[in-house]
Amino acid sequence: MNPITPIINGLKITLSHLFKKPVTLQYPDERPDVAERFRGLHGLKVSHSKAKCVACYLCPTVCPAKCITVEAGEDSNHDKYAARYEIDMLRCIFCGYCVEACPVDALKMTGEFELANYRRRDFVFTKDRLLEKK
Amino acid sequence: MGIEILGLPLMYYIAMLGKVLVAFVFVLLTVAYATYAERKIIGHMQVRLGPMRTGWHGILQPIADGIKLFFKEEIIPKEASTFAFLIAPLIALIPAFLTFAVIPFGGTIEVAGYKIPLQIASYFDTTAGKVFDINVGVLYILAMSSLGVYGVVLAGWASNSKYSLMGGLRSSAQMISYELSAGIAIISIFMLSGTLSLNKIVELQSGMGGFDWYIFKQPLAAFLFFICALAEINRTPFDLAEAESELVSGFCTEYSSMKYAMFFMAEYANMVTVCALTATLFLGGWNGPMAVATPLLGPVYFVAKVYLLMFVCMWIRATLPRYRYDQLMALGWKVLLPLALLNIVVTGIVGYFI
Repeated sequence: MNPITPIINGLKITLSHLFKKPVTLQYPDERPDVAERFRGLHGLKVSHSKAKCVACYLCPTVCPAKCITVEAGEDSNHDKYAARYEIDMLRCIFCGYCVEACPVDALKMTGEFELANYRRRDFVFTKDRLLEKK
Repeated sequence: MGIEILGLPLMYYIAMLGKVLVAFVFVLLTVAYATYAERKIIGHMQVRLGPMRTGWHGILQPIADGIKLFFKEEIIPKEASTFAFLIAPLIALIPAFLTFAVIPFGGTIEVAGYKIPLQIASYFDTTAGKVFDINVGVLYILAMSSLGVYGVVLAGWASNSKYSLMGGLRSSAQMISYELSAGIAIISIFMLSGTLSLNKIVELQSGMGGFDWYIFKQPLAAFLFFICALAEINRTPFDLAEAESELVSGFCTEYSSMKYAMFFMAEYANMVTVCALTATLFLGGWNGPMAVATPLLGPVYFVAKVYLLMFVCMWIRATLPRYRYDQLMALGWKVLLPLALLNIVVTGIVGYFI
């Protein structure tokens, strides 16, 4: 095995890279384009000006990290709704199982990934923060 | 004709001071911006950007690094031998600068009626009408590179730490093994030139439009010398001393702030020196088109060659992984040394018959 040829080939490759455009993204000046199905911050969907969630408890059941807290309540039409819906983002592993589990398509994941915060309690996203803004 | 100190005119001393300042400032600035250039070049070769945030495209990075290192806490281990500990970085750094005393970076210029050769340790003798420099220039260079080894050994020993000692010993073993092959590669150069004086070696390479350069007459020696020089200065792919600092430890673990900065300055200063040497011995020094006619063009060609060789050093660093210690020693003793000896034999035979 000739020891010199692989070195020369390697040197040629690095030299060719010198003339290519680097792939670095200059964050925070440039933000990445996330895919459509990117699993970021959750969002509760609304229909007819109230959340679709019926507090069936499927999402806390399937969640591997046990980060969703749901408490059912009865609304004015005597329908079941989620009086308290919280997701603890510090525990969430962004797997998307809760979205897959929801039978009424009430939960989705947005492309928001910049979730840094200063206090631990600000990481627990309550229903009003999770609700989609229409 | 004016004041004479020790038989030489005053202008000689002023000129020497000027040349020393120019060479020193050149090496310092090159070292500072070589760190930046290396990070940028290696970054682009790895399809990424280098430093971008400190100043426009990161150009103030060396200054930021210098300020950071300056403000770090100075830690000296209690059980370390203080004097040796403090002096080791200097011993690593100073020979790199000292080597510049014999490297010719230009022809002879004329200032205020005096002819000044652009080489620090030389003068133009008006009675003999030619330039005198150290006639054992190459020997001086080999001696200086050997001094650099002491810095590494002292650093490892004086740190009074097992890992530093091992790192220092391995690094110095590497340096002395490769110094042999480098020296023997240079021997074939002076079989061709018949002189150790660097000025004469550059002069002998000045004919025939560039084809007189020793790299064409002795390609194997040039290749060997460059590789051995890379190993001398602890540069990738032979940089175990540095890598061990990142992974476990190495000879400069116990050093902080400015002393650590000096070791890394020593690495880059050695790189500049070694590239300047290769340029002088193999690439014709300051020769180039019309370099003899316009004396100020000589330094330009010299600096261009030195920078080109430094680019090659950085290119190699961006491409190759590093050698394991036993592979490195095997390479030095079992491959490069026999090749260098073979080169001398072949040069001798060919030189006898031509």
